[in-house]
Amino acid sequence: MSTTSPVAPPAPAAAPKAALFHPTVARLTYRALLGRRRALILVALPALLVAIAVIVRALTGADDGTADGILRGFALGTMVPLIGVIAGTGAIGPEIDDGSVVYLLAKPVRRSTIIFTKLLVAIGVTAVFSAIPVLVAGFVLNGNSQQIAVAYAVAAAVASVAYSALFLLLGTLTRHAVVFGLVYALVWEAFVGNVVPGARTLSVQQWALAVGEKVGSEGALNSAVQLPLAVCLLVAVTTVATWYAARRLKALTLAGEE
Amino acid sequence: MSTLHIDHVSRWFGNVVAVNDVTMTIAPGVTGLLGPNGAGKSTLINMMGGFLAPSNGTVTLDGTTIWRNAASYRHIGIVPEREAMYDFLTGREFVQANAELHGLGRAAAARALATVEMEYAQDRKISTYSKGMRQRVKMASALVHDPSVLLLDEPFNGMDPRQRMQLMELLRQMGDEGRTVLFSSHILEEVEQLASHIEVVVAGRHAASGDFRKIRRLMTDRPHRYLVRSDNDRALAGALIADPSTSGIEVDVTEGALHVQAVDFGRFTELLPRVARDHGIRLLTVSPSDESLESVFSYLVAA
Repeated sequence: MSTTSPVAPPAPAAAPKAALFHPTVARLTYRALLGRRRALILVALPALLVAIAVIVRALTGADDGTADGILRGFALGTMVPLIGVIAGTGAIGPEIDDGSVVYLLAKPVRRSTIIFTKLLVAIGVTAVFSAIPVLVAGFVLNGNSQQIAVAYAVAAAVASVAYSALFLLLGTLTRHAVVFGLVYALVWEAFVGNVVPGARTLSVQQWALAVGEKVGSEGALNSAVQLPLAVCLLVAVTTVATWYAARRLKALTLAGEE
Repeated sequence: MSTLHIDHVSRWFGNVVAVNDVTMTIAPGVTGLLGPNGAGKSTLINMMGGFLAPSNGTVTLDGTTIWRNAASYRHIGIVPEREAMYDFLTGREFVQANAELHGLGRAAAARALATVEMEYAQDRKISTYSKGMRQRVKMASALVHDPSVLLLDEPFNGMDPRQRMQLMELLRQMGDEGRTVLFSSHILEEVEQLASHIEVVVAGRHAASGDFRKIRRLMTDRPHRYLVRSDNDRALAGALIADPSTSGIEVDVTEGALHVQAVDFGRFTELLPRVARDHGIRLLTVSPSDESLESVFSYLVAA
């Protein structure tokens, strides 16, 4: 190592930046998300949805009921929450787990900026890998009859926001975020949220459906929740989860190896 | 120039006390934080780095609290012990990202990489780096904003002798430039070679403080315990206890050996062979029974 070249970069500015978005945090987050094995699942699930759509269309022809069943049951009920788990927990969980988050935390960057940036990346990734395939599958299934394809794509995009916030929070709460996230996605959203009437009110899927219901033709989509309540709950869950995740990160302690 | 003050700091995790009422000042120059594994070194460094709140007491940098104060990272550079560091990036991308997070650009990253002489491998993925290369890139990421304080947690772990020498040279240079450099280690020789000042922690407590001569003296001047076997243990015991360099002898009948406690290390090492020769006793085994660093540290705590 050099003994003659002292480090002398320019003196940094005085106070942490107040911006909510940091492009470097975003770059590190999406490269981590799309560079690992989890990226395969991000691609595999939408590919499966489109493949199912192609096969069903080929076998049964265009049918609104079938399209609704697949987009609601598999796409919105299973695929979107799963992608939300992968992107949301993956945006921060592995960094906390392996300790590399220290390189973000040991910087004059506000922790809320780190969380907000990671949330935006998680939302972007979830929306891209869920809303777009849903739109494609919808068009394949029934050619967007009754605006079903667009309505479900909008619902998927809306759900992406809430899921990303929820699962990002989960990533700051536990080392087993993926497991808890999967249990939530598969048990609550895919099963309870579809079957148990009372529980539907507390399902992100139903809130997103309420927004989709508004977009689609009348009667094309059905949600158990009224639109105003759904929007309020979506905003509330996203805001509270993001706020609490930032709080968690502010107080994140890195215990020693000892 | 910056000074870290640790004032009556304790930290406990549930019922376990990791750091117990430690007060120390880390001034410019190279300071070694010495202690056995599990002594609380990492906990102390994590508190100095603002990653852990003290349960009691204060950790300040030039009078400013570090915990929950992101602005303090403008002055602190941290080299963590853990290996993980965005392995999917190249060394250059990693250091550059660190520079950007400080609001700095490519030039700062290039300078830091030059300081640790990693330009030759800067475009390779970190996942392909050796332990020493990783350590150097970690150093570059910590130096990118020219910090006045550098905290390194077990930086020499797993390094080969050459890498160790290079890093020592770099840290010595950082200290000579007036930076406050603190590194932790459980190896006395490592700390002796590099640190102008040593802080010893054992079992969460601040055991000793001073330059390496003082610490070495403390470690040598303690009572030493030996296990001695001979062809006439009782005669040997009688002859040894007559000399003031020996403070106690236990005849262990089942082991067939003597446990000797010597208070004057130098004198005892001359005495033992002489006494044996004068009495015609044949020495079969002479071995120190408490030479582990842990026992030396334990003595320091009790002292």
